[in-house]
Amino acid sequence: MAEYKTTIGIEVHAQLKTVTKLFCGCPASFGEEANTNVCSICLGLPGVLPSLNKKAVELTVKAGLALNCEIHTRSIFARKNYFYPDLPKGYQITQYRFPIATGGKISLEGREIRIKRVHLEEESAKSIHEKDKSLIDYNRSGVPLIEIVTEPDIDSPDMAVAYLKTLQKILQFENISDAVMARAEFRCEPNISVSKEKGILGTRTEVKNLNSFKAVKKSLLSEIRRQTETLEKGKTVEQATIHYSEETQKTWVARIKEESSDYRYFPEPDLPPLLISQTWIDEIKTTVGELPVQKKEKYVELGLNEKDAKTISSSTTTSRLFEK
Amino acid sequence: MKTILEYQEQFKKEEMTPLDLLEKSLEKIDPSLNAYITVTEELARKGLKKDIQGKLKGIPIAIKDNINIKGIPTTCASNVLKGFIPPFSATVIERIQRSGGIFTGKTNLDEFGMGSSTERSNIGPTKNPYDLTKVPGGSSGGSAAAVASGSAVISLGSDTGGSVRQPASYCGLVGLKPTYGRVSRYGLVAFGSSLDQIGIIGRNAEDVGVLLKVIAGYDPKDSTSSQSKVEDYGNLNDTPKNLRIGIPEEYFKQIDEEVYTSVMKIKKAIEKEGILFKSVSLPTTGYIIPTYQVISYAEASSNLARYDGVRYGLRKDGEDFHDTIRKSRNEGFLSEVKRRILIGSFVLSSEAIAEYYERADLIRRLITQEFNDVFKEVDYLLTPATPTPAFPIGERTDDPIRMHVPDRMTAGANLAGIPAVAAPAGMIGKLPIGYQLIGKPFDEKGLLSIVRLVEKIVPFQGFIKEAQDG
Repeated sequence: MAEYKTTIGIEVHAQLKTVTKLFCGCPASFGEEANTNVCSICLGLPGVLPSLNKKAVELTVKAGLALNCEIHTRSIFARKNYFYPDLPKGYQITQYRFPIATGGKISLEGREIRIKRVHLEEESAKSIHEKDKSLIDYNRSGVPLIEIVTEPDIDSPDMAVAYLKTLQKILQFENISDAVMARAEFRCEPNISVSKEKGILGTRTEVKNLNSFKAVKKSLLSEIRRQTETLEKGKTVEQATIHYSEETQKTWVARIKEESSDYRYFPEPDLPPLLISQTWIDEIKTTVGELPVQKKEKYVELGLNEKDAKTISSSTTTSRLFEK
Repeated sequence: MKTILEYQEQFKKEEMTPLDLLEKSLEKIDPSLNAYITVTEELARKGLKKDIQGKLKGIPIAIKDNINIKGIPTTCASNVLKGFIPPFSATVIERIQRSGGIFTGKTNLDEFGMGSSTERSNIGPTKNPYDLTKVPGGSSGGSAAAVASGSAVISLGSDTGGSVRQPASYCGLVGLKPTYGRVSRYGLVAFGSSLDQIGIIGRNAEDVGVLLKVIAGYDPKDSTSSQSKVEDYGNLNDTPKNLRIGIPEEYFKQIDEEVYTSVMKIKKAIEKEGILFKSVSLPTTGYIIPTYQVISYAEASSNLARYDGVRYGLRKDGEDFHDTIRKSRNEGFLSEVKRRILIGSFVLSSEAIAEYYERADLIRRLITQEFNDVFKEVDYLLTPATPTPAFPIGERTDDPIRMHVPDRMTAGANLAGIPAVAAPAGMIGKLPIGYQLIGKPFDEKGLLSIVRLVEKIVPFQGFIKEAQDG
């Protein structure tokens, strides 16, 4: 079975560290009493319109720069239409064809993972499912999120985890996101496929509901096993959404995707195209600090061993102490 | 028939009090017209007590029931909004209140603004005050009927494809659709967001200008509102000079002969004032209705997705969440809104978007370009406001294609985002008919100045006598 090659791409959603929500003045803080940080706008009442939070744009640009992306001076918000109780307008304001940043890369132990895009969008509310009813907390509705999508450049569960840890560090280090996984501020959805033939990708599945790096690794290992076994039996892997159970440490097919969902994307008419001046991009560039990886390399050059350099560079507190 | 400024003069000289005017207006609310969904007498009386000094002091204004007034139900003439009371007022409402204006009520409309007759309402049709067997036009038919019958001095409507101008034409009034972005849309319940604009229906150009000056201007709550300077739109004393007006031939085809004659009379009258006329051509005119339909339905399908029964409005519980949505929406919307949501969802679907929505967006740009080009040759365009006078109630309710016919004259200005005004051209039998002037972006003052000129040289004789005061 060793001849199977694994291909992984990852979509990460990270909540931005802003004081207020993306399109209204409500606090974006976490842990308040349910439905207290809400207003007519983030509840999507009839007649409301969105006003874009400038800080959220700044942080998205910063994330794009930290991930070596090209920042587009003109980008466009789009509506993603679907019905769900946690989506108060019946659509999510996101970016589709024209995101803020594209074409980045991140270096990882001598290898490179290409970043396809970074875009800005609004968070949905939080559904709380109880036995006989569902409750919705709209505090989270409209909190700014960035979505960071890689190219399928990852070839093992270990590399996937290494990427996620690096990305999390970058977002935390740059003060873009607190990126606490347990608070769902940093969520990842890997898609994975296995294939025997070189250069040809297998059918991919998307793994959801991952709350820890451990779960990422175990679920991907389990999914490689499941897909390989399926192919070995002469069956085909179906495009599907996969869930992972912490208890059984196994993946299972949650939903077969017969065709991709039709979100009827179209440009958001309530927001004019987002214009970001080169001057502003340059200004934001000056706030992008040295990334942990860059620091580590510098420390190694200064004579530290790999392990120490990595430990010290991995947190802002220790690296600041060391540099003093 | 008095103007807003004349009422203000009377108040100053104490020949009349704002309360007198309010009482007279409320008396004229005629239930048989069905112009109002909610009469806000208490709110109006409270408003008067505040005694706010301003340009609109004590002026009774009717508001289309898709514009939020805090604490008063907004129904959009739909069962789906049953019980919904907005916790905030539209920006235009706040601005009117700060200028001392008061509200007689929320007026009837086609559900969510989707229609040309004010028949497709959950409270039934509004009737044309000139002839109770005819429609008042739509979708701002309630606002037009209220002003024509004298229960309000002036009113607000919304215009997505002609919904202010067409009822103004059918009811012998001046109806202005401002430039897209001139007036904040915050608090207007969205139908087609890239086309919607709050408009004004009044009895004369000056009144419309006075109200426009109050409601126009940048609003940080509406990212599509314009920073462009607000002018003194109510000051129309300067007679327009050295103007060239274009007559687009396409707009004079397939119209009633009497409509043609009426608009030509207006042309001749202003020609005598030294304004030059020129024949022009807008070949994309034939694409206006299909383009308008695709874009407005697409946007509507998304804008109306929020009415799912989860947070407010009608809820019909089903087996699961999706079933609840299905039941709530099925019972909540009338058939025309459903039709448009279905078509709008289709034209945005991955299988159809390139052929429909994207193509319509492209044609929209061509239409806009064509207007831009023609405005290099002329300053304004003169057209009929509607191809016919008001049609009989019930005539077109089962024929959505025919119902859209009047949009041919008006929807081009919405697609291009440019201002246009409809004003009385005369009477055909006992029904009024309007002409339309289309102008360059932010030239509302120019448009109203020409309407004012027409009012001076060929005064409209058709105002309903009972609607007049004093």
